[in-house]
Amino acid sequence: MNPKQINPKDLASDAANTWCPGCGNFSILGAMRAVLAELDGEGYPLEDVVLVSGIGCHAKIVDYLNVNSFYSIHGRTIPVATAIKIANPDLKVICFSGDGDSLAEGLEHLIFAAKRNIDITLILHDNRVYGLTTGQYTPTSPSGFRGRSTPAGAVEPPLNPLEIMLSSGATYIARGYSHGIDQLQQLFKEAILHKGFSFVDVLQVCVSYHNLYESYNQWTYVVEDNDRSSFEQAEKIIRSWNYNRSDLPIPLGCFYQIDAPRFDQSFSSYRPGREERESKIEEILENFI
Amino acid sequence: MNDFSTLIGGIAGDGINEAGLTASRLLSRMGCSIYMYYDYPSLIRGGHNFSLIRACRSKVLAHTDALDVLIALNQETVEKHQHRLKESSFVIYDADKVRPEALAGKGCGLAVSSILKEAGAPAIMKNSCILGGYCKAVGIAWEVLEETLRKHMQKKLELNLLVARQGYEQTEGFCRIEDLISGGPGSSEASPPPRALLTGNQAISLGLIRAGLGAYVAYPMTPSSSVLDFMARYAGDFGLKVIHPESEIAVMLMALGFAYAGVMAAVGTSGGGFCLMTEGLSLAGMAELPVVVVMAQRAGPSTGLPTYTAQGDLHFVLHAGQGEFPRLVVAPGDADEAYIWSGRALNLAWRYQIPSIILSDKTLSESLYNFDGDLAGEVKEESLMLWDGNGRYKRYLQTENGVSPLAFPPQKGQAIKTDSYMHDQQGITSEDPGITREMIDKGRRKGQSLAREMEEYETVKVYGQISSRTALLFWGSNKGVCVEVAERLGLRAVQVLALSPFPEKKLIDALQGVERLLAVECNSTGQLAELAGCWGIKVDDRILKYDGRPFSLEELLHSLGGAAT
Repeated sequence: MNPKQINPKDLASDAANTWCPGCGNFSILGAMRAVLAELDGEGYPLEDVVLVSGIGCHAKIVDYLNVNSFYSIHGRTIPVATAIKIANPDLKVICFSGDGDSLAEGLEHLIFAAKRNIDITLILHDNRVYGLTTGQYTPTSPSGFRGRSTPAGAVEPPLNPLEIMLSSGATYIARGYSHGIDQLQQLFKEAILHKGFSFVDVLQVCVSYHNLYESYNQWTYVVEDNDRSSFEQAEKIIRSWNYNRSDLPIPLGCFYQIDAPRFDQSFSSYRPGREERESKIEEILENFI
Repeated sequence: MNDFSTLIGGIAGDGINEAGLTASRLLSRMGCSIYMYYDYPSLIRGGHNFSLIRACRSKVLAHTDALDVLIALNQETVEKHQHRLKESSFVIYDADKVRPEALAGKGCGLAVSSILKEAGAPAIMKNSCILGGYCKAVGIAWEVLEETLRKHMQKKLELNLLVARQGYEQTEGFCRIEDLISGGPGSSEASPPPRALLTGNQAISLGLIRAGLGAYVAYPMTPSSSVLDFMARYAGDFGLKVIHPESEIAVMLMALGFAYAGVMAAVGTSGGGFCLMTEGLSLAGMAELPVVVVMAQRAGPSTGLPTYTAQGDLHFVLHAGQGEFPRLVVAPGDADEAYIWSGRALNLAWRYQIPSIILSDKTLSESLYNFDGDLAGEVKEESLMLWDGNGRYKRYLQTENGVSPLAFPPQKGQAIKTDSYMHDQQGITSEDPGITREMIDKGRRKGQSLAREMEEYETVKVYGQISSRTALLFWGSNKGVCVEVAERLGLRAVQVLALSPFPEKKLIDALQGVERLLAVECNSTGQLAELAGCWGIKVDDRILKYDGRPFSLEELLHSLGGAAT
């Protein structure tokens, strides 16, 4: 460890952690602390980072980190993050969002973030259940999921968020698992450093309402030597598991990464001074006679 | 006669709004004060559109039913508006489209299609042709028309001038506008220099820009869309970040993201879009993020009458969003007030870290007004109350007036935290009852500080016969018609400009000695009357109009039992 580097533990805030023991969110918090500390030592100072969260168990992460943050409302991380990035392109803006948060209430924003290829990162705490509201099905719950709102089992099949991201224009698409903290660190760092919209789906286990540790331990595997720039390869990997079946291998890793024009590049940093603005207003008024 | 009304009518796609604007510019150059009301249905081509331009020597802010000149680009215009013609009125019409029989020799037909065909000009140039005829008819010199077209015509200027000249030459003189508006021939009164013509939305845009606006975010919705058009058009000149995102939900959240990062942002919409913005509005209240909302009302509920006017959303904007938090709501009545109060709304949003709502309506937003350029300097960009950089930054520091100093990322060694949950001074979530009470009290103190500052402004205005014991009570775009009617009938007219915080004391003062109070509103219940009632101010009668159209001068006079003169 670089001696100048911040100790990741120093990033903790005073807030008491209220996640359930064994919650997959601890891995995401640990991985993010390590990555932010590492980046601070590599020329990406901590004060340039802004975290944005939605509402749900995932969102508490911003309270636990002593870092700039905007604790937003359910489903609304991306518009906030988009504006922060446009306001100050030097900031690294990272969204934490849940599967209910980004795929149900806020799906429009997720698709548009990918469409715009705005240079922000979204970490999806994908536990495939609503935890904070005590166990309802989400857009990534398997069909047949028996939750409080679907006691007879969910009728709808799940969405595959990575497939949506690929077809919407995201330029960094990856999946991690809360039992693989080294890989999470690697994916988070890549995603944050990637120029464009980065989407990291984290299979994050909810021990209280949808404990999939056993299934994930059995079926996940890390994809290696894939051609990240190939849309076709990415599509194939992404479609090899559709969140519905629990008897198929689940690929982890970065599946897609390309360079593409970004929305945030389209804004000029030009800002005229007060006098210049006032004389321009005079000119407009003259033209409106 | 000291005012002069012209109606230009045709089908959507004829460029009626633009033709009205050109006629307004011409009349403005003749030394007139202008008000133009533009009426159009919710479609792109076909349907009946008209512009109603009233010109007067003194300031005018309302339209009349009666016309002096009717310009008819089609037969439907004649049929729909013939009843507005007076004995002395004059009609200029497209002789290729309009049957003259019904006009009883009151008009002059121009063979517009033939003129255009001969000149090889496209159909849209019919406006230039007929406006040439208009100038001749009302005694506006050719040079004035030529100068106006040269200044404003972007495309095919020479061809437009050619057809305008044909129209001018083939029309007969009807009157001399100069004589009409300056009190008769030989009047020595000098005309004031012409002033800029702005819609309410353009005035709102300029007020916001002058006060330091850095970003404008909106999803198109009539009648607010022309703010977005204006901001997008001048984004480069003013260094504005202008974004049209996926929905009004995103609009509001983006504005709050801008505010967090220190960029002053405004959003614009109408009622339906504002419905989507309310969750973000409540977030602005909790997180103390400044934002300006341009809320241009149209007739509801729901899709309602998209291109027509109403004042039906006053209580909606006063109460929108869950929970209790201070907000500013102002309702300007004309372009001058729209400019000044928009600038002030932005200043106050940032001084108190609150949402500010500029409540407009279709009439104010899309009507055309003379703008008093001398007012431009009344709006100023203010410096923000920033954190002094000492110690640990607390985003929600408790202070006497409830306002915490601002800081924006990056700040070395600091974490700037904003939160939609109840939070402590640091911005960390808390559900503690004591902290909850302290934070709610902080919000109330901010509201009280805002209310105190609002006492310095003219939030209630009195017009007309101040000693009259009968008063009209109004808000927003009804200003023009109420003030004019009050002046004619010798009544007092009282305008409420700020709706939140409510200027209770000022309003009570303004109503001293009033025995009969009449609320004039474009809604079906009398929303200002009800609001005033909450403050113990009793409204005796309500004159309400809820057909999507603004009051004409004659209509309000009639409702009050006065004779139209």
